[in-house]
Amino acid sequence: MRAPVRIKTLTIDGKEVSAKEGETIWQVARENGIDIPTLCYLEGLSPVGACRLCLVEVKGANRLLPACVTQVEEGMEVTTNSERLVNYRRMILELLFSERNHTCSVCVVNGHCELQRLAQRLGVTHVRFPYRYPDLPVDASHERFAIDHNRCILCTRCVRVCDEIEGAHVWDVMGRGIKSQIIADLNQPWGTSDVCTSCGKCVHVCPTGAIFEKGKAVAEMEKRRQFLPYLTIMRGGKQ
Amino acid sequence: MTVDELQQLVAKEQEAKQRYKSCINVCVATGCIMCDSERVKEAIEEAVKERGLEKEVIVKGVGCLGLCSAGPMIYVEPEGIIYHKVSPEDAPAIVQGLISTPVERLVCPSEMPFFKRQVKIVMENSGTIDPERIEDYIAVGGYQALMKVLTEMSPSEVIEEVTKSGLRGRGGAGYPTGLKWSTVAKANGDRKFVVCNADEGDPGAYMDRTILESDPHRVIEGMVIAAYAVGAQQGYIYVRAEYPLAIKRLRTAIRQAERLNLLGNNIFGTTFSFHIELRIGAGAFVCGEETALIASIEGKRGTPRPRPPYPAEYGLWGYPTLINNVETFANIPSIIRNGGDWFAKIGTEKSKGTKVFALAGRVVNTGLIEVPMGITLREIVFEIGGGIPEGRKFKAVQTGGPSGGCIPEQFLDLPVDYESLTKVGSIMGSGGMIVMDETSCMVDVAKFFVEFCMSESCGKCIPCRVGTYHMHELLSRITSGIATMRDLELLEELCDLVKNTSLCGLGQTAPNPVLSTLRYFRNEYEAHILDKSCPSGVCPIRRLEEVPV
Repeated sequence: MRAPVRIKTLTIDGKEVSAKEGETIWQVARENGIDIPTLCYLEGLSPVGACRLCLVEVKGANRLLPACVTQVEEGMEVTTNSERLVNYRRMILELLFSERNHTCSVCVVNGHCELQRLAQRLGVTHVRFPYRYPDLPVDASHERFAIDHNRCILCTRCVRVCDEIEGAHVWDVMGRGIKSQIIADLNQPWGTSDVCTSCGKCVHVCPTGAIFEKGKAVAEMEKRRQFLPYLTIMRGGKQ
Repeated sequence: MTVDELQQLVAKEQEAKQRYKSCINVCVATGCIMCDSERVKEAIEEAVKERGLEKEVIVKGVGCLGLCSAGPMIYVEPEGIIYHKVSPEDAPAIVQGLISTPVERLVCPSEMPFFKRQVKIVMENSGTIDPERIEDYIAVGGYQALMKVLTEMSPSEVIEEVTKSGLRGRGGAGYPTGLKWSTVAKANGDRKFVVCNADEGDPGAYMDRTILESDPHRVIEGMVIAAYAVGAQQGYIYVRAEYPLAIKRLRTAIRQAERLNLLGNNIFGTTFSFHIELRIGAGAFVCGEETALIASIEGKRGTPRPRPPYPAEYGLWGYPTLINNVETFANIPSIIRNGGDWFAKIGTEKSKGTKVFALAGRVVNTGLIEVPMGITLREIVFEIGGGIPEGRKFKAVQTGGPSGGCIPEQFLDLPVDYESLTKVGSIMGSGGMIVMDETSCMVDVAKFFVEFCMSESCGKCIPCRVGTYHMHELLSRITSGIATMRDLELLEELCDLVKNTSLCGLGQTAPNPVLSTLRYFRNEYEAHILDKSCPSGVCPIRRLEEVPV
């Protein structure tokens, strides 16, 4: 006999919606036209719940829950857009802008950047924290691509796409706390990596201009990630 | 080993002990070793040999005697004399003291409240048995609880006994142990794991280290009982590399237990098998968080992941995993031997049993203490701790390490249990207790703990990674006298963000030292900002006119 698919009904921002058991709040919200902001989550990659931008309020829960990993439950009442949540999101973006050197005017993805777009959408007009201006390197040793750590927000999408989709695991994270940094292999120049297949998946899942194609001038780099839903469906996953 | 063999071993050990007239126990836990207790022990052995008393006097290395600030400590049985601050040169006098009167100048009054007010369960064998001999542990009733469990009790009866005891997790959060065990027992999985969290990292806290160094078999016995109760076949002890002596004694203990078949296949000749391996942590505080600890055991980067799913259903390699703290496991053998009801009689209504604290800071007697739950902070600081040295004034006591808070004088009569401490803005935590007097600046204390959290943040989630950095920056501005009231507002807003949006316990509790000091010592913050002065004279604030142009 076929296993039953259980359907859950819940409300998101006052709207009654239905969902399959096992779906996350983020997925169900998107199906219903509610866009919960995120920078680390990308459909097709495993969720890590690291950026904390998708935190939502669930009635009865004593803390905020990340929508990207929280599964729906019957009768849940979810609020995705309260003033408190928007304030938190603005402040998290402020923290990100102060952390490294994000200068949109000279960035290859100016106009196509997820961080920039989100800041505009949430109305982040200024940063109250002092900028750190860290001294970070650019690794342009790869033939076709480069990574500029000044623009990296440590979402680890590159790490996950390389490991989970491409199967090469070129990228990883070293150090901890504020000193964390994305590294190729065991902190080797990207161009010397034997395992990198130069597939470019990391370039296109990167939400900012941290990983980009060489030869692109300011605002010319657009990320194309159509491959991700395609690959996920072809491999039998759901999209 | 069979049940009879265990009883024979007990009888043999006790008989051997009776052949000696006295026993000189020298503390060989890290605290006393630092004060040269190993040389003291050698000197005493020599002195015993010189006098030809080898047949009458036995010299033994034992675990912690508690009063770590007065090491090296010696405990003489059966007279019950405690010597403190012993040096190798005192050895002949101490041996002579066995025959004539004890050495007056070295005697530590065992009547003092430091010893009298303690109630020992977890540390009951500490200071009397040799941690490197399994026979010593067996002689005082060790592994009897395991034998009882394996031969007389069903797994559900074991869980029932633990639930009845009311034991709560000693790692800090206080989750009911019986409930955790039954969740893992009920979880589906063809394999299950038991993990002992010995990644103790709070500044000033060393309870777990001392338990492992003083009585490692107790923890192992607790783990085997837990494994039987939840149906696990494999266990791991995750201990930090900074504890080399604890690691060495654990390795010895595991080997000895395996040799006697108290660990391994078919324990006590039953069908139950359980193996324990050590995993050495590489020095990350965050690996004490259970999901980060699991990732680290799996060989991955030690970063936490969102919960649920909890390790009880989805833990090590995806299998149901029971994770308990060292002290939690160390309570188990006593609970099984004496019954859950016995344990539940000690402590308060919601917090049962005893708690080991590392008493440190500005108190006369610093060291390791085990007290019943519900004792007041005043009793701990002023009776057991002996008060503040040099007649200075008490200011606050910090509990729970970087996740806890500072408790001011008005709450000194608060009973120590999980709920009361949470109510006043601190936590029970794993057992660090730092006393501060009027010479401590509370802003500086908050800054110290925030700096700790900042450098120990794993960097995975943004609020903790960048938020703790800016918290530290703002606090540094305050302590150097260049902050404004707007900075203080921003700090409070930031604390709220980090507390409510961080991924794991490290970030969620990192603002606690700031929030609790702001709650009770806001005037000190304001003095730094408005008057540009540090009331305790700790922070190096220079007035503008003093700054060279």
